[in-house]
Amino acid sequence: MATTFQLNGKPETFDGDPETPLLWVLRDHLGLTGTKYGCGVAQCGACTVHLDGKNRRSCVTPVSMVAGKSVTTIEGASGKVADAVKAAWVQIDVPQCGFCQSGQVMSAIGLLTAKPKPTDADIDAAMAGNICRCATYVRIRQAIKDAAGVKGARA
Amino acid sequence: MNAVANRRAFLTGGAALTIGFTLPAKAAKAQAAAAALAPNAFVRIGRDSRITIIAKHVEFGQGPATGVATIIADELDAAWDQVEVVFAPANDPLYKNLMFGTMGVGGSTAMRESWDQMRMAGAAARAMLVEAAAKRWGVEPGAVSIAQGVVSAGNRKASFGELVEDAAKLTVPQKPVPKTPDRYVYIGKHVSKVDSKAKTDGSAVFTQDVRLPGMVHAAVRRPPAFGATVKKVEDAAARAIPGVLDVKPIPSGVAVYARDTWTAQRGAAALEVDWDMAKAETRSSDQMLAEYSAAARTPGRQVEAAGDAAAALARAAKTIDATYYFPFLAHAPMETMDYVIEKKGEGISVHAGSQFQVGEMGAMCGVAGVPFDKSALVQHFAGGSFGRRATPVMFDGTEAAACARAYGFAAPVKVVASRENDLTGGFYRPMTVHRVRAGVDATGAISGWDQVCAAKSIMKDTPFEPMGIRNGIDGNMIEGANDTNQYKIGDFRLGQHLMAGGVPVLWWRSVGHTHTAFVKETMIDELLELGGKDLVAGRMELLKHDRAKAVLAKVAEMAAFGKPAKKGRAKGIAVHESFDSFVAQVAEVSKGADGLPKVHKVWCAVDCGVAINPDIIRAQMEGGIGYGLGHALYAELTLGEGGVVQQTNFDSYRSLRIGEMPDVEVAIIPSTEKPSGVGEPGLPPIAPAVANAWRKLTGKAVRRLPFAHGDNA
Repeated sequence: MATTFQLNGKPETFDGDPETPLLWVLRDHLGLTGTKYGCGVAQCGACTVHLDGKNRRSCVTPVSMVAGKSVTTIEGASGKVADAVKAAWVQIDVPQCGFCQSGQVMSAIGLLTAKPKPTDADIDAAMAGNICRCATYVRIRQAIKDAAGVKGARA
Repeated sequence: MNAVANRRAFLTGGAALTIGFTLPAKAAKAQAAAAALAPNAFVRIGRDSRITIIAKHVEFGQGPATGVATIIADELDAAWDQVEVVFAPANDPLYKNLMFGTMGVGGSTAMRESWDQMRMAGAAARAMLVEAAAKRWGVEPGAVSIAQGVVSAGNRKASFGELVEDAAKLTVPQKPVPKTPDRYVYIGKHVSKVDSKAKTDGSAVFTQDVRLPGMVHAAVRRPPAFGATVKKVEDAAARAIPGVLDVKPIPSGVAVYARDTWTAQRGAAALEVDWDMAKAETRSSDQMLAEYSAAARTPGRQVEAAGDAAAALARAAKTIDATYYFPFLAHAPMETMDYVIEKKGEGISVHAGSQFQVGEMGAMCGVAGVPFDKSALVQHFAGGSFGRRATPVMFDGTEAAACARAYGFAAPVKVVASRENDLTGGFYRPMTVHRVRAGVDATGAISGWDQVCAAKSIMKDTPFEPMGIRNGIDGNMIEGANDTNQYKIGDFRLGQHLMAGGVPVLWWRSVGHTHTAFVKETMIDELLELGGKDLVAGRMELLKHDRAKAVLAKVAEMAAFGKPAKKGRAKGIAVHESFDSFVAQVAEVSKGADGLPKVHKVWCAVDCGVAINPDIIRAQMEGGIGYGLGHALYAELTLGEGGVVQQTNFDSYRSLRIGEMPDVEVAIIPSTEKPSGVGEPGLPPIAPAVANAWRKLTGKAVRRLPFAHGDNA
């Protein structure tokens, strides 16, 4: 049974097993490889996409679950918040190996869309699901604050 | 390997051409084809003035792609936006690591080994542009200058592109003169990293992202214990899954091929395998630890000795007898090990983020049964390594090659390790036990230090054994503890036991220093306190190296170490030399709600010689601190009954997360010394700095990592 959904603003159809995780539909079938595999069990956040505008781990999301819904990946992340986040990321050279950063950027966009002026506690909560093994966390926090235009050190 | 052929292939955009990452692949090929000036293996300048720099080091986040570009662009006085970087093909004559003799990085050598070579490469290209301009304008070369990519003399000006054809006709200078530091425009200044944008917007290509026409996906079912082999496979259930294409035995297990990764992984899980456990490592890690601990109570093979440690201990006024335990650790890079292999002509084309490009390709060609000189590596970004991509036995590449061969090369094969295979697959930081007996005399001076280390050797029984084991001594295991452990200790003895066992072990970011620095810096803290000495002044008295003293003094000043910490917090300090660099750190710590250390702030002073890219150095210190802290607090791999690894994913192998990352403040000591390591040296001091703070807070000395193990609360 085909699954139909919106992908980065355009209609998309997947004809395979509806239990296939969205991650592998994106990566192996549709060729959108910006979304990464890191753990497969929603522990690392490298696969984060937006489902109807909210952060979602695509590795544990059967494609059937997104039928009729709207999926945004890093390739389609656009608009004022997304542009501010990406610009802030590049400005202070957040990435090291870079492999987790699509997921980090998507989570950060999700955070700032919901909370335009996040506190440190908001950042901790919203970004807790995104592991960076290079530990670029100091700069992730700074880039989120830069994108949001908030200042201030942690207690 | 034919260097000339490879170079020609590069210049004509042929098969050996690597893919550019600051431009789409096609544009990079066109650029390389248009290169008019190619004075050496590292610099290409096109008629359009674009400068292509060929990076011989794998880029997995430690920054060498930006590093080599910085050095060459500086020698050329190029504009930074003229520069792009591509990865070198697998070619030892052109691209070997000068400290290794073969292509590769490791031991924080990238900038150390290439600093002079890159300066000379850039200086040669510059000299040719200058000479071409001087001839065209009828002036002395000394009258020609370059700034931001514009060559000029008086009011005559030319772009690089306008000069490259003339320059290409000149003889390449054999002894070009690199710049003096006063003329640096990028070295020591800030440049934006060449890969930040692509790694932010999802366009950077990692091996996991490679897709080839007709490609199939393979997943490998590995044995439940190290050393077990396949006896019998029942694959009906796997083959019944729609999308599973085939199942084949390979030396490391059983490969399942499918239309996508998910199906391949499900197929691998559905196999029923009868394993031959005859040669398997079936001991639990607790059993091994007991054996290591018993060994560490005996003298072991002597690594070095000074004075008479036993006599000094016998006359000491106070002594400490401490046994330290360090667990197996996985590197767990975000991108698991992965490869794409395709048969091309008589050889194979391999997509990888290879850390030992030539050695790994050679081993893969051997398994594939194809000639190396008909094969090509297409090098990509690698999603982290921390040592994991540098296995001397080339385990992962040869496993992938075996998968492709077992499939008869009927299609391009992509092999992506599952996180479970990554974590349970071995190649760990060796589990290690140290026993230290040390004392102080009546004046508070150190009186005797006897240390014995027991661990499995990383080098033994690998092709690297002749390099790593000399006179029976494994250098990696005790680095940082030898040379009377960086302090002046008159009566000292260091012994070592090489423990046997079937768990594959590997260098893990900062290797032996991961544990030797912890032992040294926590023990010295305790001894200084026992002797009534100041923790900074006492270290200063004993440190051998002035550069170590300088970073220690700097960090103590930054952290106001002499002043009390905020209420409920304590500060701990540590200093360590590794990979020719010196790092000191202070950690400010409180007791968290979970009973574990909560690290609020880390001050870090580093001396790594000439600071080529200060912001990359800061980033590597931040990363080294985070990586070291996360493992020290939370991580261990344990083997249970039958030798089965008990941690299979990030739910049980706990990684540092953003709320656990301290603020970090880094100071870089100005230096004119040759550049030294930055990828690893930020790590060794953090765990002992936290442990030293923890002892102040709780009165409890930390003898076992991770903190979460429970012995330290």
